[in-house]
Amino acid sequence: MSATALARWGSRTLIGVPMLFLIAFFLLPFLVVFKISVSEMDTVFFRDVLAWADGLVTIKINFANYFSLAQDGLYLGTYIRSLGYAAMTALICLLIAYPFAYCIARSPADKRPALLMMVMLPFWTSFLLRIYAWKILLADSGVFNQLLLVLGVIAEPIKMMNTPFSLILGMVYCYIPFMILPLYATLVKMDLSLLEAALDLGATPAQAFWRITVPLSKSGIIAGSMLVFIPCVGEFVIPELLGGPQTLMIGRVLWDEFFGNNDWPMAAAVAVVMVLLIIVPLALFNKHQAEANAKAAA
Amino acid sequence: MAFLQIRHIVKQFDEVFAVDDVSLDIAQGEIFALLGSSGCGKSTLLRMLAGFETPTSGQIVLGGQDIVGLAPYDRPINMMFQSYALFPHLNVWDNIAFGLRRDGMSKPDIAQRVDEMLEMVQLKPYAKRKPHQLSGGQQQRVALARSLAKRPRLLLLDEPLGALDAKLRQRTQLELVHIIQRVGVTCVMVTHDQEEAMTMATRIGVMSEGKILQIGRPEEIYETPNCRFVADFIGTVNLFKGQVSVDEPDHVVIDSPECRHYVSHGITGTLGMEVDVAVRPEKMGLQAAAPLASERESAAEVGHNQVQGEITDIAYLGSLTTYHVRLASGLVLKVTQTNAARHAGVPLVSGDAVWVWWDGTDIVVLTR
Repeated sequence: MSATALARWGSRTLIGVPMLFLIAFFLLPFLVVFKISVSEMDTVFFRDVLAWADGLVTIKINFANYFSLAQDGLYLGTYIRSLGYAAMTALICLLIAYPFAYCIARSPADKRPALLMMVMLPFWTSFLLRIYAWKILLADSGVFNQLLLVLGVIAEPIKMMNTPFSLILGMVYCYIPFMILPLYATLVKMDLSLLEAALDLGATPAQAFWRITVPLSKSGIIAGSMLVFIPCVGEFVIPELLGGPQTLMIGRVLWDEFFGNNDWPMAAAVAVVMVLLIIVPLALFNKHQAEANAKAAA
Repeated sequence: MAFLQIRHIVKQFDEVFAVDDVSLDIAQGEIFALLGSSGCGKSTLLRMLAGFETPTSGQIVLGGQDIVGLAPYDRPINMMFQSYALFPHLNVWDNIAFGLRRDGMSKPDIAQRVDEMLEMVQLKPYAKRKPHQLSGGQQQRVALARSLAKRPRLLLLDEPLGALDAKLRQRTQLELVHIIQRVGVTCVMVTHDQEEAMTMATRIGVMSEGKILQIGRPEEIYETPNCRFVADFIGTVNLFKGQVSVDEPDHVVIDSPECRHYVSHGITGTLGMEVDVAVRPEKMGLQAAAPLASERESAAEVGHNQVQGEITDIAYLGSLTTYHVRLASGLVLKVTQTNAARHAGVPLVSGDAVWVWWDGTDIVVLTR
């Protein structure tokens, strides 16, 4: 075998292994879920799409679940709400995390590891415990309300728990490290002489920030937003503990279909649409990026 | 009054004086090179001109205005960075237009200026490329175009050719000088490469440990260095330690362990003073027999300015050959001979006993 053939074989193996992993643990399960979503319920179980009876093979593909998803306002509204809350969370995370990551990246090199450690410190405590702590802080008779009452800022408790406010607060609180870390990674490797060059060419520090720092941290902004947005769309625990009746999200619907109604095909259809809702914009975005890169290279 | 006046500039980092009381006048249209090894303070001085560092004390006056208090973006000064610092997310055109846009220039004016700059550095076909799609030499030209686009009153070059390979560097040196002269901008450059400084600059300031040791035209710096450091830093030099034994207005004699030096010009010194005698390798003669009286500049030099030694190493460099000659005292002289004739006489080989001699006019006496 020649060296180049060996190298080609080697690179194929390297690409092939994760590819196989993704096929085995993502694509195949997804196809299974999809198959369930197009099957029919039969009392408490769902029927297989492929049936074998009396020498007759019947394939029954049932799209009814998808039709009801599209027609039922409940599902549609929940999808939109989930995307909205997730987008809102990602945006707020970005606004808080950017200055945070910026300051860490610009602090003296020997202090950065300690600061990063502090960003990750919350992970050392149980996630559930931290969410429950927010319940206590935000309750009508909770710490915040008591404090404001004592200070005389408010006359009666504000309702904070089980509102969109508490939901978004909880999600921002939980997911902000996932925004800070990729932003930090792009900001810390930025060549600072670029900022000096911008100042030298007449840009004020604010202009240098918007024209140089922000565009150059684009990859970090995108990565962080995705890391926050995607899990937030399907988030179940936080809406369950901090959200209220107005904040029904798709994770809860999924749970209800599986374990409340025991309607696996419907639950599977909800899940498939959720995956598509996230993947399609991502794919379009990637395609756009690739085209922009190709155009620049031409 | 000089166009750029640097007055008693001091820059202190903690306890260290990076720039230590430097004063310097630079005339309009000059290309001035600050030359020194790394850590000598030349880059700090340049960064103070650009506005990235604030002097601890001192004044910088450009065209009659003290600019020390001005922010970098308010100074009529542009800099070409050592790493070029091209904005990676902008194409060549937008990189050059960046400074013009900050000035609020009108769109057609910007387009005209950018095209003019692209024309000047011959990069018109590359306007839409991103910096990473260009070669090192092209990037350097974009950086130059960008720093000249705003027509600065002062151009700063930080190791302008440091990132290029040797062959390209030689070609680019003169190209860069031609462009700067065509634009007519006053220029201060920083380099550790003496050849680059000598080729490009009209005047050179040699820096060491935060101070400027000597300022002069390239030939002044080379032929009449004013101290041991400058003589040693610029080119190669042979140094003899000695003592003044005769001090006349038109000549001096210096005794060193190796030989007696007859210097055919007066020096500002006193009898018995400890000095260094510096002679450049190319100003020395090398031959198997002792030099004849007829070969000397004057009768007074006979028996002076000559030593005997043994060739220890020969470095053939094509146009030149450098001979290393070890003297009885242990001092090793470097002597270069041009290889003007193709096959000249009997070649000297390692181990040969030889005479090395030089003229009294070629000696530079350095006070300690």
